[in-house]
Amino acid sequence: MTKTDPVIIVIEDDFSIRRFLRTSLNSQGFSVYEAETGKQGIIEVNTRKPDLLILDLGLPDMDGVEVVKAIRGWTDLPIIILSARSSEQQKIEALDAGADDYLTKPFSFGELLARIRVALRHSLRTPEQRQSEVFISANLKVDLHNRIVTVDGQEIHLTPIQYRLLSVLVKHAGMVLTHQQILKEVWGPSYQENAHYLRIYMSQLRQKLEADPTQPKFLLTESGIGYRLKE
Amino acid sequence: MNVERPNPDELLARVEREKAKAKRGKLKIFFGAVAGVGKTFAMLLAARERRAENLDVVVGIVETHGRKETLALLDGLEVLPTRKIDYKGTILQEFDIDSALKRRPAVILVDELAHTNAPGSRHPKRWQDVQELLDAGIDVYTALNVQHLESLNDDIGQISGIRVWETVPDTVFEDADEVELVDLPPDELLTRLKEGKIYLPQQAQEAINHFFRKGNLIALRELALRQTAFRVDAQMQDYREDNAIREIWQVSERLLVCIGPNSVLGERLVRAGKRLSTSLRAEWIVVYVETPQLQRLSAENRDGVLRILRLAEQLGAETVTLSSPEMSEAIIRFSRERNINKILLGKPMRRGLKRLLLGSVVDTLISQAHNISIYLLGSPKSVERSKLDQFSPLPGLRQRTAARKKGYYQGYGWAGFIMLACAFIAHLMSGRLELVNLVMVFLLGVVFVATRFGRGPSIFASVLGVGIFDFVYVQPYYSFSVADSQYLITLVAMLVIGIVISNLMANVRSQAKVAFHRERRAAALYAMTKDLANSQTEEEIVLTAVRHLHSEFSSRNVILFPDSNGRVVYPKHKGIPESLHGTDLSVAQWVFDHNEMAGQGTNTLPGAAAIYFPIHNEDKVLGVLALLPVNLRRIFLPEQQKLLETFLWQIGQAVARVCLAEQAKITHLQIESERLHNTLLSAISHDLRTPLATIIGSASTMAEDEGNLQPQDKQELNRAIVEEAERMSNLVNNILDMARLDAGMVTLNKQWLPLDEIIGTVLTRLKKLLLGRPLKVKLPPGMPMVYADAVMIEQVLINLVENAVRYTPPGSELEITAQTLEKTVEISVADRGPGILKGLEDRLFEKFYQTRHEAAQSGVGLGLAICRAIVESHGGHIHAQDRPGGGAVFTFELPADQPQPIMETEEC
Repeated sequence: MTKTDPVIIVIEDDFSIRRFLRTSLNSQGFSVYEAETGKQGIIEVNTRKPDLLILDLGLPDMDGVEVVKAIRGWTDLPIIILSARSSEQQKIEALDAGADDYLTKPFSFGELLARIRVALRHSLRTPEQRQSEVFISANLKVDLHNRIVTVDGQEIHLTPIQYRLLSVLVKHAGMVLTHQQILKEVWGPSYQENAHYLRIYMSQLRQKLEADPTQPKFLLTESGIGYRLKE
Repeated sequence: MNVERPNPDELLARVEREKAKAKRGKLKIFFGAVAGVGKTFAMLLAARERRAENLDVVVGIVETHGRKETLALLDGLEVLPTRKIDYKGTILQEFDIDSALKRRPAVILVDELAHTNAPGSRHPKRWQDVQELLDAGIDVYTALNVQHLESLNDDIGQISGIRVWETVPDTVFEDADEVELVDLPPDELLTRLKEGKIYLPQQAQEAINHFFRKGNLIALRELALRQTAFRVDAQMQDYREDNAIREIWQVSERLLVCIGPNSVLGERLVRAGKRLSTSLRAEWIVVYVETPQLQRLSAENRDGVLRILRLAEQLGAETVTLSSPEMSEAIIRFSRERNINKILLGKPMRRGLKRLLLGSVVDTLISQAHNISIYLLGSPKSVERSKLDQFSPLPGLRQRTAARKKGYYQGYGWAGFIMLACAFIAHLMSGRLELVNLVMVFLLGVVFVATRFGRGPSIFASVLGVGIFDFVYVQPYYSFSVADSQYLITLVAMLVIGIVISNLMANVRSQAKVAFHRERRAAALYAMTKDLANSQTEEEIVLTAVRHLHSEFSSRNVILFPDSNGRVVYPKHKGIPESLHGTDLSVAQWVFDHNEMAGQGTNTLPGAAAIYFPIHNEDKVLGVLALLPVNLRRIFLPEQQKLLETFLWQIGQAVARVCLAEQAKITHLQIESERLHNTLLSAISHDLRTPLATIIGSASTMAEDEGNLQPQDKQELNRAIVEEAERMSNLVNNILDMARLDAGMVTLNKQWLPLDEIIGTVLTRLKKLLLGRPLKVKLPPGMPMVYADAVMIEQVLINLVENAVRYTPPGSELEITAQTLEKTVEISVADRGPGILKGLEDRLFEKFYQTRHEAAQSGVGLGLAICRAIVESHGGHIHAQDRPGGGAVFTFELPADQPQPIMETEEC
């Protein structure tokens, strides 16, 4: 373990999962600290100053969403949520409260690692960097600075809203965005109830950017939660 | 062995009787000749003895009459508080049966069995309270004087000249478990009376002069002794029967008491019948034959008959009303049917020539009934009013029908008018016609009156017609005297013919009326039975019954059913105009618990406004009918009562039928859920164990490895673990989803969804599974959005695609199609697999259904069931069919009848 090892705190009450996370993450060069309860976890976050937090939503002492809110009070540290299936609402609440990404149990370690990397990379960039980024994934290129979108080198004409939508996704590339988060950023706070706007524009974007809109490669739907732009 | 053995049925009946008796409380009667012999004293002494034996003895009510010795005995015994009833300004202290039932002592003392309760009590009589206590299993000590025994009431009235109104049915006395005679010689009693130990001194002298005459006392004492001795004798017989060794088992006697319309004679007949049947130890039946003539009796007279029948029931008789044109014939037929061997009836009312000419029931019976002994009871000399008339158990029956009376007098008016009209017609024709033909005009008039107005007016018309004829047309004119004696024959013949016609017509009319009523009743019954048969639910039955009861009895009704705790509750459904509201649930509960009727006109809680009848089938009480009568006669007349009983029986049958159907449905559901449960268990045990076996096996191999495993082996094992774990995860998810859907825990989060997004999400998620599968998506442009729960609908598609992959050969083509129909959006998943076996199209969607059991690639068989549950919760439906050209198509439709949401369009 060297000084430069990123520090991850795991707040999870189940011993087996903690053991699995510790072993696996250690093997990938992370320093792992564990906490069994929400309160203990918040103290750990306070004292260890970690680079990333993995948080289970079902904790014995307090609601995971509350933990997210408490931590967001003082730090922008990336938070990845672990949750059981069939609790979309809870996930959305946690994401809207400021969590960066989520994983549904059971999950594979590969998925987790990918999420961790995306999150860490994002946290390292400054807001200016995010504003003027050039996003390239396979044949799709989005130049935020020059406002140019190309597929296979061909420039694609987008409407202002379509472009705004795409740029929001690009700024959070690789991470999940809830319907509410996107609606708020693209249309403003008064459009929170109009999720079908988002769906229709998403559909239009896919028509323009994806080779086969029914088998999307970039603009992925996170069922019941929101969208993710694949890196 | 020629020993006669007891009849097994008889023995069984006795065992049943004893069982019932064992549950019932025991009744001990302290029996005396008159007041003052010391019954209460003896009863209290006995109670103290029981108390000393540590039994829970409680005094319910005791009349000490202020006697010091008696009061002293009360000391140390628990006395229940009495119920105070304000009756017309005086406070009456009554025995409180409810607190007694609540207190539930082992033994309770209830003095003066013959006492009449204050109005508003549950039962009119105290002996009925005692019956209820006994039914509740409480032993009762009580006191009774011989003069209060119902069947001795007449005799004692004659001896003492004083009638007591408070009587106790003999059956109560006979059924008592123990009777203790409290005896005191008359002289001693008189001494005690003079000493003021019985009444206060001023009352005492009066009492000695009246009731307490020595002669009276001796007679009463004799009666009391005899009654007790008779009981002992009966006990002896019972004992001999119980220990039957060589007893002669005589054919049981059956006594038939025939009563007529004369209520005074009827009452005497019933009492005499009671005594005779007791002494013969015979079963007894009281029969009333209603002939067409008797049906014409006034309502009051018929009420009298009804009262007598009720009295007979109280005295323990079975009562039967027969309806027949010929009294003797009906009695003989009934006697044969029921093996009657003794008949008791009144002396013939017809005497002398009349009896010789018209015959009498008695004579016919004597000549026709063989092997039957006939007893005759002398008619009373004076026609005193029946005691029952003054104390009617059916107060409501004394309502007169004034309207009918009015119609009656009108008939006479019409008769007079018609005869005058005949006279006028005769006058017009008198010059041209023979006198004999003029007679015909009058006879025609009589016939007309007879058909329209009945017997009385038509006889009146006959007499009037003869009078007018004689007065006007027979010489000397305008005089009633007859000059030519041949006209006498004309006049007599005219009168006789008129009267005969009147009688014949009256009989025809009444028979037609009887037939009409009978027909109407049959029709009413048929109509209700038909409607009941068509009623599918308890509520329908209740409403049908309420409607039909209303149309037949003009009453407002309600049927009450018990809840799961056996407490009768008000119905939940809304009533109809014929429904009765505000019934007394406590009365209904009593009826339900005791399976006896109660309320107005009955012996229990007669103060209630409605009458409450139990509705039962063969084995149990199902509910209670509360009926608010407009007129008690419409309920309690024998034929009406029979009709009502039939109605109740039919309702009971219908309710029982519905209950059974309900039961069958529940049982079916239970079996179904049991089956599901078992399938679930076997499915889970198979489908979860198989992957678990792989996981545990592979993982333990690596955990216990001592360096022998090659890296590629480890990788192989690891892959197996991951795959199997994923399979298990899917299974568990399916089971949980189904459980949540079944439990109704899922609330749909409906939003407007474009179909391409749904399909896109599904295909992304199934990317791994679909590797190497050609897949076509046919999504016409401009498809409307669907209003649905995204996660759920995706789940449906995922399950369908997974299924298609699972059950078709690798590499075969799949196709997802969407299209808009008139009011739905249809999405289908088609494959080129083996297709669907005929007849399985629907079964596929059942829970835990699998085409191939224990197949390696099987799921739990929940996928399609989940699909159906989700689609149906969206208001759509799902089905499967063979695909033209081979393979299967699974199609689900979602409603698309809501207007699409409005969008602000954006210029590109």
